[in-house]
Amino acid sequence: MGFWKKPASGNQITHADRLWLYVVALVIMLLMVIPTVIVVPMSFSDSQYLEFPPSNWSLRWYDEYFGSAKWMRCTITSLHIGVLTMIVATPLGTMAAYALYVSGHPAARAIFVFLITPMIVPVILIAIGTFYVFGRLGLNNTIGGLVLAHTSLATPLVMIIITAALRTYDLNQERVARSLGASRLKAFFLITLPQIRFSILTAALLAFLTSFDEVIISIFISGGVNATLTKQMFSALRDYIDPTIAAISTIMVLISTALLLTTQFIEARQVKK
Amino acid sequence: MLLGLATPSILTIIAVIMIPLGWLFYLSLIGKGGGFSLENYQRMIEYKSYARVYLITFEVSILTTLVCILIGYPLAYFLAQLPQRIAGIFMLTVLLPFWTSLLVRTYAWLVLLQKKGLLNEFAMQIGLWETPVKLVHNMTGTLIGMAHIMLPFLVLPLYGAMRRIEPELMHAAANLGAKPVQAFWKVFFPMSLPGMVAGSLIVFVLCLGFYVTPAVLGGGRVVMVATQITAILENQFNWGAASALGVVLLIATLFILYLAGRMLKLDNVLFGRN
Repeated sequence: MGFWKKPASGNQITHADRLWLYVVALVIMLLMVIPTVIVVPMSFSDSQYLEFPPSNWSLRWYDEYFGSAKWMRCTITSLHIGVLTMIVATPLGTMAAYALYVSGHPAARAIFVFLITPMIVPVILIAIGTFYVFGRLGLNNTIGGLVLAHTSLATPLVMIIITAALRTYDLNQERVARSLGASRLKAFFLITLPQIRFSILTAALLAFLTSFDEVIISIFISGGVNATLTKQMFSALRDYIDPTIAAISTIMVLISTALLLTTQFIEARQVKK
Repeated sequence: MLLGLATPSILTIIAVIMIPLGWLFYLSLIGKGGGFSLENYQRMIEYKSYARVYLITFEVSILTTLVCILIGYPLAYFLAQLPQRIAGIFMLTVLLPFWTSLLVRTYAWLVLLQKKGLLNEFAMQIGLWETPVKLVHNMTGTLIGMAHIMLPFLVLPLYGAMRRIEPELMHAAANLGAKPVQAFWKVFFPMSLPGMVAGSLIVFVLCLGFYVTPAVLGGGRVVMVATQITAILENQFNWGAASALGVVLLIATLFILYLAGRMLKLDNVLFGRN
């Protein structure tokens, strides 16, 4: 009996009957991935025009990118802001998640909903609102202003990941430590933290990526010497199709893929434990 | 007190979200003369161009949601039938775009969909159409780009809902004489509905505020609320009008989420898991 004649599920549908489903799913998955990977070969093209497959290969657009002071400056700005956002948002979100989960306070749920508002409010509103208020405070076009804005976007994500981690963790361990005389702080750092460290790492990576990939707020409140990479890319995209963007995109895809694989790896290790 | 640990986060949200939103609300109520006035909201009712922007926004959001359901349902169904481990690997194809920059994906579609792009060439080679079709800088391009970005938000909750359906239920239906198609529509589909509704609502709500994709792939032809807000600020520097548009967008968003929250647990809608 071949694979295709085997029942695929409990009600006697064979794999052959399901063939259409497999084909449809495969096409959809291809369509999901193609736009992410297509930029890789295009970035090695020699041509001004975006042709596929490229007729001649070259590193011309990478030279263009790495050789341009403008692109380099905004890349460094974006990395800078991303790392700072990660450093601020990870502890902030972890603290909030821990406080709300452990306290069991009646207001905890309301505070949780309050803290995830950045995920609900359309980003364009956050962008123009901060543009206006930060403008009055002199925070526009500064690293600090962007880090603050990005932190508010990243904190809810951190909080959600850490809350999920705390749910699978047995808090009694911390209670035992405290009953044996450890302070709450000591109990957290010695008992709880080591057990949720992989989730914290995942959350930190996501916080970095949230900031690094953020476009709309950056368009409004970043500029001048502190323009972000995404702002620069957006204006380049809107005006004309600059093949340098293919090279930058390739690098960004590499970064996200590496981060995604890292988190999957972390998850796999967690499951094993 | 333990809750005090949440204070820094609360302060950040107040500084970045609440104060600016409050300010926008205030600005929307200030007229050209500088005093309190509802003229910014009146203008939205009086001028047809504003109504059109909202109409386009809803049209794009509804169509994107429909496209996501049409392609997301079979995909989630396929994944839910696989052993968990293998499904996890295939799931990476859904998650990878989730993790890559929105700008990169928008750029890629711009390249793929252009007149001499890969898609046009491919379609002409297999004889789908003879002359290059305009796929980008219009509604088609916008929908393709937005559906690609939104699909994970539908597939994740839907997949979760499908996984929780006991396979025994389908066996039982078959045992009781239901044909596979009948068992699917009478047993499986209704049970997957909560996941689908949750996913659709989150897709719809996120679409309402979209800016980057319509701006790049719409080529100025698909003017959604966010695009209009930016245009008003750039061209007229009219904070009152822009704020009023934003306030209406926010209220629409909150209203839909409120309805969703009444139908489903809000956590499910927002996080798509459990």
